[in-house]
Amino acid sequence: MNPFFQAWPPEASLHAVRVDQLFVAFTVLTVALTAPVFVLMGGFALYYRRGRDVDRTRAPRGNWRLETAWTIIPFLLALVFFGWAGWLFFGQDRPPADALTIDVVAKQWMWKFEHPGGQREIDELHVPAGEPVRLVMTSQDVIHSLFLPALRLKQDVLPGRYTSLWFKADLPGVYALRCSQFCGFDHSVMAGRFVVMTPADYSRWLQQAGTDGSLAWQGFQRFRALGCSGCHGPASTRRAPKLEGVFGHPVALDDGRVVTADEQYVRDSILYPAREVAAGYAPIMPTFAGQVSETDLLELVAYLKSIGTAPAQEPAP
Amino acid sequence: MNAPPLQTREERVSYLGAGHSLRSWLLTTDHKRIAILYLVAITIFFAIAAVGAALIRLQLMSPAGEILSHEGYNRAFTLHGVVMVWFFLIPSIPNTFGNFLIPLMIGAKDLAFPRLNLASWYIFVIGGIVTLYALIAGGVDTGWTFYTPLSTMFANGHVLAVITGITIAGFSSILTGLNFIVTVHKLRAPGMTWGRLPLFVWSHYATSVILVLATPVLAMTLVLLGAERALHLGVFDPTIGGDPLLFQHLFWFYSHPAVYIMILPAMGVVSELVTAGARKRVFGYWFVACASLAIAGVGFLVWGHHMFVSGQSPYAGAIFSFLSLAVAVPSAVKVYNWTATLYKGEVVLDPPLLYGMAFVGLFTIGGLSGLMLALLAIDEHVHDTYFVVAHFHYIMVGGAVSGFLGAAHFWWPKITGRMYPLVWGRISAGLIFLGFNLTFFPQYLLGYLGMPRRYPTYPPQFQALNVLSSAGASVLFVAYVLPLAYFTWSLRNGRAAGPNPWDASGLEWTTPSPPPKHNFDETPVVDRPAYDYPLTRAAPDE
Repeated sequence: MNPFFQAWPPEASLHAVRVDQLFVAFTVLTVALTAPVFVLMGGFALYYRRGRDVDRTRAPRGNWRLETAWTIIPFLLALVFFGWAGWLFFGQDRPPADALTIDVVAKQWMWKFEHPGGQREIDELHVPAGEPVRLVMTSQDVIHSLFLPALRLKQDVLPGRYTSLWFKADLPGVYALRCSQFCGFDHSVMAGRFVVMTPADYSRWLQQAGTDGSLAWQGFQRFRALGCSGCHGPASTRRAPKLEGVFGHPVALDDGRVVTADEQYVRDSILYPAREVAAGYAPIMPTFAGQVSETDLLELVAYLKSIGTAPAQEPAP
Repeated sequence: MNAPPLQTREERVSYLGAGHSLRSWLLTTDHKRIAILYLVAITIFFAIAAVGAALIRLQLMSPAGEILSHEGYNRAFTLHGVVMVWFFLIPSIPNTFGNFLIPLMIGAKDLAFPRLNLASWYIFVIGGIVTLYALIAGGVDTGWTFYTPLSTMFANGHVLAVITGITIAGFSSILTGLNFIVTVHKLRAPGMTWGRLPLFVWSHYATSVILVLATPVLAMTLVLLGAERALHLGVFDPTIGGDPLLFQHLFWFYSHPAVYIMILPAMGVVSELVTAGARKRVFGYWFVACASLAIAGVGFLVWGHHMFVSGQSPYAGAIFSFLSLAVAVPSAVKVYNWTATLYKGEVVLDPPLLYGMAFVGLFTIGGLSGLMLALLAIDEHVHDTYFVVAHFHYIMVGGAVSGFLGAAHFWWPKITGRMYPLVWGRISAGLIFLGFNLTFFPQYLLGYLGMPRRYPTYPPQFQALNVLSSAGASVLFVAYVLPLAYFTWSLRNGRAAGPNPWDASGLEWTTPSPPPKHNFDETPVVDRPAYDYPLTRAAPDE
């Protein structure tokens, strides 16, 4: 490949191929709608230029049918593409339940990725090909945006909130990973490699990458170290809700609302416990804001997720 | 300011002859002189912002960056964006040509509030000086969009001073919009019914509605931003209880309609250029007029298309996507009607019409790429890349600036009383079209390839297209300097234009060029529709 020039961005997934098809088809429509304007405008300007002896009688001042036609037909054509693009976009909305979850923490100016087994990497993301992967992302400072051009996907990464992005990369290879939301000084070098590997290679890579135990295990350690287990643990006598079987399920709040215990709910409950109190419990939990980092929070989430369905037991390291 | 030499009798009794002192200009309440004051001010701001653009294009000649540090680059593109948007594009056509022409076109002696008009210029200049001081004294590295919490809690630099300057300038927009609305309602000459208004006036009316309704939201947003930055009032930063997306909603609620503030006046100009160039009544007058109002209305409901990947609900995204496709329809209607206007016309390819056609071509390409951005799945890939940069430059530079230059080439003889060399006008129109496409078309490709915007350095495979873009920018530079040169030359050396050098319809062409101080000796009475071609002229010897 010519190092100075690239003709078309690599396609690493079926979704990327489909986005390209949509893009090319819409480009064709664009040309079809523009060409008559350009040809007619140039043609009229030359054919009817002053001094030429051509028929100018009965020049129209307007035409209802024509106006209606060129209002409605392009709009209907655009609607077809609206539906097509929406179908592709919403296909990316809900991840499959069995997706591999990788945590992402962005900060000025680096990307940190954490695999469920506790493997951490900076500015590089390794994923298995052919398997759905879900990224749960947050930022430690300003807004960033994770851009994976080979997948035709991006998602802003916000402070104080989890956003997520899922994909199924099909073609093993090394692709670009960039930040696309302006985030200050080193925005343009907040970039790295997106490595899609065969599942076998991926497990080999996981083995080689060092780990201090799975994220859930690390979350469990932190759960004990922060004293969470004092109230939420099985032996506790305090009135605090048990957390086994909670993650991913509906929780009734004392103000009558029912919310789903997802990543955001767990995060907010740790940082702002008075905001959403489980029904039947007194709002006595202290805030942990300032004591836990974004990474700690994601580990705690991983722990709660691991006991979300199974009965309480220590997670595997 | 140098008054042009007043050689002819028309010039001596015109608004230009009504006093030569600086004081007579700086304290004038004549809408035509205030228009000139604005023209001088925005030309200076354009030049300053263009320096920012030149730095950007020089930097991007090589992947590692040519001349600037990351810090310097971030400040350069922020300066370019802030000054171009608020101190050139928004005031460009309304405050110069709108100011000059609306009273002339509707048969009035001045705008409804002449002193408010002058006040708006001073407010604008004060806002501009505050902003420029801050941008040059130390600069700001947030981009013109000031996204939080980067702008409130993280960025260094004079953010507070810059947003103060912008907020001040916003009041100038509000006052101008108000002045235009009242003028169009109250000061139309007898017989100048709404159905006889030139389309230029219609589009300025629609623009004024946006100016008055949207600009206050910008002021509120920037005050909240300032409060968080200076007082740590938690509005946008989640660590102190704010919501980072709230800023984007508020900002784009102003800034998307602001795009229509830039493009609607240019559309009004093009309606005048095309009808005058074809010597023919506009095709579908009411469709073109109502399209302006439709754009102004629906334009308030599409801001969320800037936020498809921000974390906004995908269902909200779908609605904003639909509305964004809908707002394109009235623009398309205008383009089709302009094309149909040329049919069976008596077309003269003078510079004004060439600029009008350049507008249509570039605006059409820019508008259709806007539809691509409105499609959810495509936007998810090209959002915040050079595709977006190319798109809005096609609209704002290809569209709004071509409209501005088209207006300058059409009404220059009216404003100064002098003709410029038409050949050079044709050359500059061609050069702009060529240079513009060379600069910005490669950026569409860069965006689809995945080059994000606001990158001082980039991967090497993007170099060829970046060099092409920079080469185009140098052509564009020549094309912008050229009109400046021959317009200036014409002030002394151009031949006298006479009242109506283009044989155009419209009340402004019935006055001498340049127009007398009070525009019309007698209040004109209008008894015919706009663009009533062919002009019925009295035979010379009768």
